[in-house]
Amino acid sequence: MWRWVHKYGSPPVFYRISGRLLPWLWGLFAILLGWGLYGALISSPPDYQQGESVRIVYIHVPAAWNSMFIYVAMAVSGLIALVWRIKVAEIVLIASAPIGAMFTFLALVTGSLWGKPMWGAWWVWDARLTSELILLFLYLGVIALHGAIEDRRTAARAVSILALVGVVNIPIIHFSVEWWNTLHQPATITKFEKPSMHIDMLVPLLVMALAFKLFYVNTLLMRARGELLERERDVKWVKELAS
Amino acid sequence: MSWGRAFVALARRDLTIAFRRRSEMANPLLFFVMVVTLFPLGVGPEPKLLANMAPGVVWVAALLAALLSLDGIFRPDFEDGTLEQLVLSAHPVPLLVLAKVCAHWLITGLPLLLVAPLLALFLGLPEGAMGALMASLLLGTPVLSLVGAIGVALTVGLRKGGMILSLLVLPLYVPVLIFGASAVDAASMSLPIAAQMYILGAFLALAASLTPVATAAALKISLS
Repeated sequence: MWRWVHKYGSPPVFYRISGRLLPWLWGLFAILLGWGLYGALISSPPDYQQGESVRIVYIHVPAAWNSMFIYVAMAVSGLIALVWRIKVAEIVLIASAPIGAMFTFLALVTGSLWGKPMWGAWWVWDARLTSELILLFLYLGVIALHGAIEDRRTAARAVSILALVGVVNIPIIHFSVEWWNTLHQPATITKFEKPSMHIDMLVPLLVMALAFKLFYVNTLLMRARGELLERERDVKWVKELAS
Repeated sequence: MSWGRAFVALARRDLTIAFRRRSEMANPLLFFVMVVTLFPLGVGPEPKLLANMAPGVVWVAALLAALLSLDGIFRPDFEDGTLEQLVLSAHPVPLLVLAKVCAHWLITGLPLLLVAPLLALFLGLPEGAMGALMASLLLGTPVLSLVGAIGVALTVGLRKGGMILSLLVLPLYVPVLIFGASAVDAASMSLPIAAQMYILGAFLALAASLTPVATAAALKISLS
């Protein structure tokens, strides 16, 4: 197994294989996105309480799932980078941060857009929105720390620690915010309890979630390839590639 | 030297240095008092409003004061090279980190505790909530120092670490703020506060056992 890890974790092999995979992955993404959007916008029924505005859920929920998933992915690659010093793991960590921040931002914006017709306000200190906001701050902290340290490898290792500390804290923050919310939530804003979802809505949602995951993987690979070339610009395999 | 003696020696050294520069010790306190004073000026002197806001305001101000004084945990030692020697010493680095954080809390956290009742008085917090305020600060501010130490360790090598430090650390302070302020809030309405205290205690136990390890790892990276 170790030989496998080192082989696929080595920059030239990673570069070559990811380059070969990417067109296929983008194709698959396009198919899933098309299917998911058709299901979300056309074939699925409007909600009996929320009407057409429920359709934003097909963007909001996958984005929110991704925002948490990417942070965990960052922490895992941070652990790998710290323990085994695998360069590709460092690059995955760094390249994930802006994508994760983007999905968190998307989840916040769509949540706010959905909140306007539902709650009558652009922003409500709802437990989930608030923890998403704090998650965004955590992402921005990661990006800021990485930007501030000049040496790339030191920066990556420092960010790994921050990501690990963050991932331990996220559940604590999440449950604290939820607890805080139950204390302060005014009774007039009743939280919309979702009944179990109808299959016509669930399928597009899951397809969209898969498409979003794939978008993350694809952009991650592209960013990682760019970062790899930049870091290894003086190494033989990059020079051979360029010539 | 045994672990215990190393711990005591390092903590005593930091305390001695701090006591030799007493005027610096007063700075976070002054900041704490001034921030709290700004609130009535900003929102108006209406007693009921101020009393309602008091738990949150005192806690946020304490949190900011703790944040501003954080850099002192490692930066002076980093600049004169002491920190490098500490990391190179034969003792486990997390233990030394814990000693430094304890000393730092005694210098900057404990004084906040002593001024807090005065500020609560300024804002008209009910007297019954005074005990809860002290107890929540007593359990909460060490967590702030412990968690903040990770941030300082990560940014100590940077020239302009201060701003980034607050970006890194403030989101991690959210749970302490929530439970600290809510304990005081509950006490001011004569509700039981045991739940909040237990959770703050749990945070302290968790932070005291885990953060020194993370801080030590971060220090090693910053010094590499």
